[in-house]
Amino acid sequence: MSDHAPMDSHDQAHVDWGTYKWVALVLFVMTVVEVWVYYIPAFVATPWFVPTILILGAIKFAIVVMFYMHLKYDKKLFRALFVGPLLIAVSILIALLFLFGQLGPHTK
Amino acid sequence: MATAALADAHAGEHHYTSTGLNSNKIAIWAFIGSECFFFASLISTYLIYKGKSVVGPFPHEAWTNPATGKVMPAILNIPVTSMSTFVLLMSSLFMVLAHAAVVRGDRKYSKIWLLATALAGATFLGFQAFEFTSFVHEGLGLTTNLFGSTFFVLTGFHGAHVTAGVLWLVTLLFIDYKRGLGPRDAINVDICALYWHFVDVVWIAIFALVYLIR
Repeated sequence: MSDHAPMDSHDQAHVDWGTYKWVALVLFVMTVVEVWVYYIPAFVATPWFVPTILILGAIKFAIVVMFYMHLKYDKKLFRALFVGPLLIAVSILIALLFLFGQLGPHTK
Repeated sequence: MATAALADAHAGEHHYTSTGLNSNKIAIWAFIGSECFFFASLISTYLIYKGKSVVGPFPHEAWTNPATGKVMPAILNIPVTSMSTFVLLMSSLFMVLAHAAVVRGDRKYSKIWLLATALAGATFLGFQAFEFTSFVHEGLGLTTNLFGSTFFVLTGFHGAHVTAGVLWLVTLLFIDYKRGLGPRDAINVDICALYWHFVDVVWIAIFALVYLIR
């Protein structure tokens, strides 16, 4: 059984130091932008603040999952095992926020 | 003979399923998928009770201490948490470099990067200990208000996951020092790395939803 080629870990060899370095730099810059906009009261007061933070967070999340967790290059089964539960969990979270009035027409 | 066969079976060889994929790696991805539900439940609880605390301290608004009558600032310390977020993000970089070193059989750098990852994780935990301690000194405990309950449970469970990750990394580091980690161990380091990166992405979500969004 263990004679099968170990195709999981070594498939990722083509992801090099340059990619990791750029990913780290992008994550750092995006975190700086997140914190920077937090300290601009005029921007925080606009309806764009929350979507900006959510989009920046979602992009950072996706970058780590795709490049550091290698899901961009890895097998479809692993992608399904992560993305499936993640989508269900996020859907439940959003449904609960609507149900308890944190989102939707009754939001304060 | 049976002992020899058993020893051979456990000599570090990896088990591959009929899909050709490593069973341990399938297991860690299934575990990470289940963890999505776990953290989503904690985050949704935090968000549902957000802004519903009757008494302070509050995360983003000033509050009046009923005991002293003094107006206190918002309790979240964004500069400190930004630093700890940066440390955790960098730990993910160190982790991929540790994995890359193990894959190419570079024993010197595998030790260096594994140690750097473990130290970054421990530093993050130090920041969290500082934050929790300062909150308690400012009057926010687990039962003070809804914010305290949901905040400490969410970030506390995340901290527990980071602690488990640091212990896992230290174990790998110990093995590296004892017999050296080589390309045949890459899958084991990869599994640890997946867990570590997941802990990192959970923090990315917590930092945005709890600390930055008012």
